[in-house]
Amino acid sequence: MTGPDDSPAPATGAALGTGAGTTVRSVLKIEDLVAGYGGGDVLRGVSLDVAEGGITCVVGPNGAGKSTLMASVSGLLRPRLGSMLLEGENLVGRSPRQVLRLGVVQVPQNHSLFRDMTVKENVELGGYILSDRALTARRLAAVFDVFPQIAGWAGQKAGSLSGGQQRLVEFARALMLEPRLLMLDEPSMGLAPKVLRTVFDAIRQMNAAGTTILLVEQNARAGLRLSSHGVVMENGRVRLSGSGREVLDNPEIGALYLGGVP
Amino acid sequence: MTVLLRTEGVHKSFGGVQALDACTVQIDEGTVAGLIGPNGSGKTTLFNVITGYAKADAGQVYLSDRRITNSAPDKVFALGIGRTFQLTRIFPSLTVMENMLVPCRGTRAADRKRAMEQLEFVGIAGYHAAPAGSLSYGQRKLLELAYVLVADPAIILLDEPAGGVNLSLVNQIAGRIRELNAAGKTFLIVEHNMEFVMGLCDQVTVLDSGTVVAAGPPAMVRTDRRVLDAYLGEDIGDDPDPGERT
Repeated sequence: MTGPDDSPAPATGAALGTGAGTTVRSVLKIEDLVAGYGGGDVLRGVSLDVAEGGITCVVGPNGAGKSTLMASVSGLLRPRLGSMLLEGENLVGRSPRQVLRLGVVQVPQNHSLFRDMTVKENVELGGYILSDRALTARRLAAVFDVFPQIAGWAGQKAGSLSGGQQRLVEFARALMLEPRLLMLDEPSMGLAPKVLRTVFDAIRQMNAAGTTILLVEQNARAGLRLSSHGVVMENGRVRLSGSGREVLDNPEIGALYLGGVP
Repeated sequence: MTVLLRTEGVHKSFGGVQALDACTVQIDEGTVAGLIGPNGSGKTTLFNVITGYAKADAGQVYLSDRRITNSAPDKVFALGIGRTFQLTRIFPSLTVMENMLVPCRGTRAADRKRAMEQLEFVGIAGYHAAPAGSLSYGQRKLLELAYVLVADPAIILLDEPAGGVNLSLVNQIAGRIRELNAAGKTFLIVEHNMEFVMGLCDQVTVLDSGTVVAAGPPAMVRTDRRVLDAYLGEDIGDDPDPGERT
């Protein structure tokens, strides 16, 4: 557990401690990232690792820089300083398309399905950069294995699904590329509390099937509880990090949201 | 202390979403009051209902003892409630001075003089002849504050005055609010920047899902369990039906 005052900062080596004594490779390694729009910096030196096979959850108050962090990784925003390595490959300066080809897939915060197309068509679109039809079909079958419930909706128009169901289809669509890193931007946004569980269960399902996940979440408690690793950002910096449970139980997290941290 | 502005049991829904749910707040005259809450908690909707930009489904809004529920925005403004917007609403191709003269429809020399005084007060008088679109985002917030001040309202509602504004301008805005408050002006401020809210406000009201979950001085609100729950979200845990836990 590292806090604002008791450095060392989150592990800076190639491996990340999991608390169980084992070491895990990091899929994504971000160091000293500075990024922003126009005159100001939103990210002011962010370092974090996303451990392979885990769920890393980033939380923090409005304006902390969570969305800017995602935009930087996905190539939508070019960082000003710092490095981002995907299993050793440099991500800085790559276009969103290149980042996608390297295996980083993002599910955006707002609903993004084509409402008048069927669920199956929407999921297949996740594989639009695949040129091999047989491969697309195999991937589709694999995705339906992870989410059997979605197979049942395959012929329905996406627009006829509930908000929570659409979220699941968006997840399925992202899995078509068998991402090395799946980034989820506030998947619980706009969903009723009852539906939250379905969506969080789906995140667990994808992770259990082997997908490494970077989750940005507004519901900090639910997100951290689900995750192997937790990071609290505030004002463009990482202020707390550790296992999801450690971060969840740290009393400082409240002060980071409501002010009062020196 | 007299209550200047209050809402009683205001309900407002958009489709199936209950944006305000029995929302009751009161603002004492002469205070700087803060209105906070997580995204989607209803802060801007409450502003819209108070200022006539949205109609309440139920409940009342009072200014002093006068019922102003669902009055038109221009009437609410004339009655003494000025407001700014989260995303500034200025006329970018008009000059800064022309923008100032829009709300009072002013053409007289006295209007210009008063407008210039307000621009001087907020610190952007030097740009009076420049197109408002050439101002920085923070300066636009100051322009909005200046033209609300021209009408000399009893209470000023500010929607995220510090949002997207650099630190020195944030301090400038806070300083102006303090000065105006010392001269008797009442404020209600929606803001996500907690240092700004907690440092500036006498009273803070916290909304979650359209309902007031806490109200009191900053130090009290900051340590309130319900406020923390609102911001950190409900831990859905491993309960088979989280819907029953609410």
